[in-house]
Amino acid sequence: MTLNEMHAEAVAGIVDRVVARYRRDPSCMVQILREVQEACDWISPEAIDRLQSTLGVPRTKIEGVAGFYAFFYTEPRGKYRVLFSDNITDRMLGSKAMMDRLCNNLWIERGKVSEDGLVSVAQTACTGMCDQGPAMLVNNYAIAGLTAERVDQIAELIRDKVPLADWPPEFFKVEDNIRRADILLGSDLKPGDALRAARARTPSDGLHSSNMRSWREGLPSGIGGPAALLDEIKRANLRGRGGAGFTTGLKWEACRNAPLKAGQQRIVVCNADEGEPGTFKDRVLLSKFPDLVFEGMTAAAYAVGATRGFVYLRGEYRYLLDHLNAVLAHRRREKLLGSDILGIPGADFDIEIHVGAGAYVCGEESALIESLEGKRGTPRNRPPFPVTNGYLDQPTIVNNVETFAAAALIALNGGEWYAAIGTKQSAGTKILSVSGDCARPGIYEYPFGVSIRQVLEDCGASDTQAVQVSGPSGICVAENEFDRVIGFEDIPTAGAFTIFNHSRDMFEVARNYVHFFQHESCGFCTPCRVGTSLLKNLMDKLHNGHGSPYDFAEIEKLNHLLQAMSHCGLGHTACNPVLDTIAKFRPAYDRRMEHDDFTPAFDLDRALAAARQMTGRDDPAAHITTKSGEAA
Amino acid sequence: MSSTFTLDGKTIPFDDGQTIIQAATKAGVFIPHLCYHPEFKPHGSCKLCTVKVNGRHTASCTMRASAGMVVESDTEEINAERRALTQMLFVEGNHFCPSCEKSGNCQLQATAYHLGMMSPHFDHFFPNRAVDASHPEVLLDFNRCILCSLCVRASRDVDGKNVFALSGRGIKTHLIVNAKSGQLADTDFTPDDKAAQVCPVGVILKKHKGFAVPIGERKYDKAPISEVTETTEGR
Repeated sequence: MTLNEMHAEAVAGIVDRVVARYRRDPSCMVQILREVQEACDWISPEAIDRLQSTLGVPRTKIEGVAGFYAFFYTEPRGKYRVLFSDNITDRMLGSKAMMDRLCNNLWIERGKVSEDGLVSVAQTACTGMCDQGPAMLVNNYAIAGLTAERVDQIAELIRDKVPLADWPPEFFKVEDNIRRADILLGSDLKPGDALRAARARTPSDGLHSSNMRSWREGLPSGIGGPAALLDEIKRANLRGRGGAGFTTGLKWEACRNAPLKAGQQRIVVCNADEGEPGTFKDRVLLSKFPDLVFEGMTAAAYAVGATRGFVYLRGEYRYLLDHLNAVLAHRRREKLLGSDILGIPGADFDIEIHVGAGAYVCGEESALIESLEGKRGTPRNRPPFPVTNGYLDQPTIVNNVETFAAAALIALNGGEWYAAIGTKQSAGTKILSVSGDCARPGIYEYPFGVSIRQVLEDCGASDTQAVQVSGPSGICVAENEFDRVIGFEDIPTAGAFTIFNHSRDMFEVARNYVHFFQHESCGFCTPCRVGTSLLKNLMDKLHNGHGSPYDFAEIEKLNHLLQAMSHCGLGHTACNPVLDTIAKFRPAYDRRMEHDDFTPAFDLDRALAAARQMTGRDDPAAHITTKSGEAA
Repeated sequence: MSSTFTLDGKTIPFDDGQTIIQAATKAGVFIPHLCYHPEFKPHGSCKLCTVKVNGRHTASCTMRASAGMVVESDTEEINAERRALTQMLFVEGNHFCPSCEKSGNCQLQATAYHLGMMSPHFDHFFPNRAVDASHPEVLLDFNRCILCSLCVRASRDVDGKNVFALSGRGIKTHLIVNAKSGQLADTDFTPDDKAAQVCPVGVILKKHKGFAVPIGERKYDKAPISEVTETTEGR
């Protein structure tokens, strides 16, 4: 047997094991590819051969999916695959110096694989460790709080080929940094209590009650529990915490009322694809309060009559998977999941966790469902909406982690209790992920209605120039707006609260965000696919000193086009960080307006950089000088 | 079929379940499009067919018609947006009309003429895309691919072969073929496949037949795209 054949046989063995565990189900393609890569370091053509024959799907489908996700490699990327988080907060904490240090230490070039095929070092979008950056992923396991010393240790471990499992556990320690707790982060809910409360609840006088169906069909007594719970959710005025703020009760009711075709079931999905740069509160909820989240999902299943649930966990949080699975197993033992939950005949619901693979767009609910089905994470055409035609065309609710956690508390304490917290239009609390220039980064839970100024004061921020609320797709708030409040009536947010003091260049902040959107555009629709690249080029052009008023007009034109023509929210909001900073921090842009008239982006001297690098030259003769006589 | 909506002020009848573009086409009103093809399930990705429905932008190939809708299509604003999208498609790939065998039969080119596109406007990306000449009878020139996925749908839904698919993400999205080698010759593709007939641009070209019809006598040389009836042949 040749070495190649032995290799192919070993790969086939791994693939068969993984495929068997997923019941040869192509709808688990993303999970299958992830596990194959975890075992083989990459998804080789031999692995795809075997997947093709064992799953019975065309090669094009496998390659199409593998090619979509940033964390899947169809070319070898080394035994150790290091990705530095490239969020603006990581940069502010010195991530670039850390990355250069590691590259120098390992004698490798950023983005490339070492010559011995051992290691690669590259960058990735925000990994959700903004309060404890700079951070990296090694083979998708998070390491936060990087220091020069730690980076040197990591280089040594890699050079010595120490398996990742044998690295010091303290490297992988992730802090919760809970700075302010309210009803959610202060909850001491006993697993099962919310479900028991929901079951015991009798329907109110038909306030919002909808037609009766679902779990309670199998209930000998306690008729009305699910409908009564739905009433409480509505009475609570709970709105989605993922950013869009859709009324949760309406979503659940639409799913509950959606007709089921033969063999179909209703599905509950927890969106834990916390990809918005600067957001990390779902990470803490899942690591510290998983029972609260799972209880909320089970309560939701009870209310809508769902029998199957998923948590879509972002790939960056892979390290949470074993812990979460252990919690699920415990809940099954306690009869809080599985069949006949709480001893109620017919009360069947279980949860499985799917791990994403580096695609921000999968936070969009229909793209998330596509990914759950094992496909490329491209947002669907809507209507129809997921509540009627979601996972495998079945009625599906997709809610944020925090929404489910809040739902569990509403099931326990009732809607009126919840609605009394916060403001009239925004009931309840909101967890903020505070990072950037402040003394105490971490997560803060406030009743809705808290002012920006109050949060800044609590986290010890001073000399603040701006706050990016809700991440790049949200809004950039300037000093004169710090009395504005967090809430659906003023500044809605998915949770990110990124602080910039006066030493920060808001143009570079916006440029970082524009690069992010360009990297994360799914490529489905023309305006977003090409438009985000054009926008990135324009921002780079300004950065490189070729800006003129013409480029402003171009940016505005692109913004209009992306807003009007894009397929989903990613394209609609991709220009937000630029427009906001142009409007509020104009001097940062004016400094870049080096020309009055149009100037081309092309720069001959910069174009020669590749040649200089290849020849190892950087002497004056290797540069083209500009008219003013300076090297450009 | 008693319902109607208005399109640029004109009353358009439609059947239940019909999309705006289907109803418009039937009524003889042209809405520019590239990824839409009447024989296939709509994709909704090129966004050229975007119209305003009751003031909101939406793709007319995926939006179902409903009674009383007020649809705007042939307006200065929307055509300017469509023109910008067309320019984006031109700069994203490598489109050199004068040397392209599809010139005159190309929907992208014809749409650009229809929309009065006078220049590509944006800086060219000049992507580096290889040509696949492996197949004895068909050439794949990926430089011209606009990612409409018509060949993907035709191969999957009509030919039952899955010869084509999209891979990559974002600006790196690209067409792949169903072979370990990545070469068309190693797939079960044949020139008679439906997938070989549907490319709106010049990616899938039959060899040995170049310039059989002289430029100047081709489909869109004779009449603008807005006046050419949508048929399956010659696209």
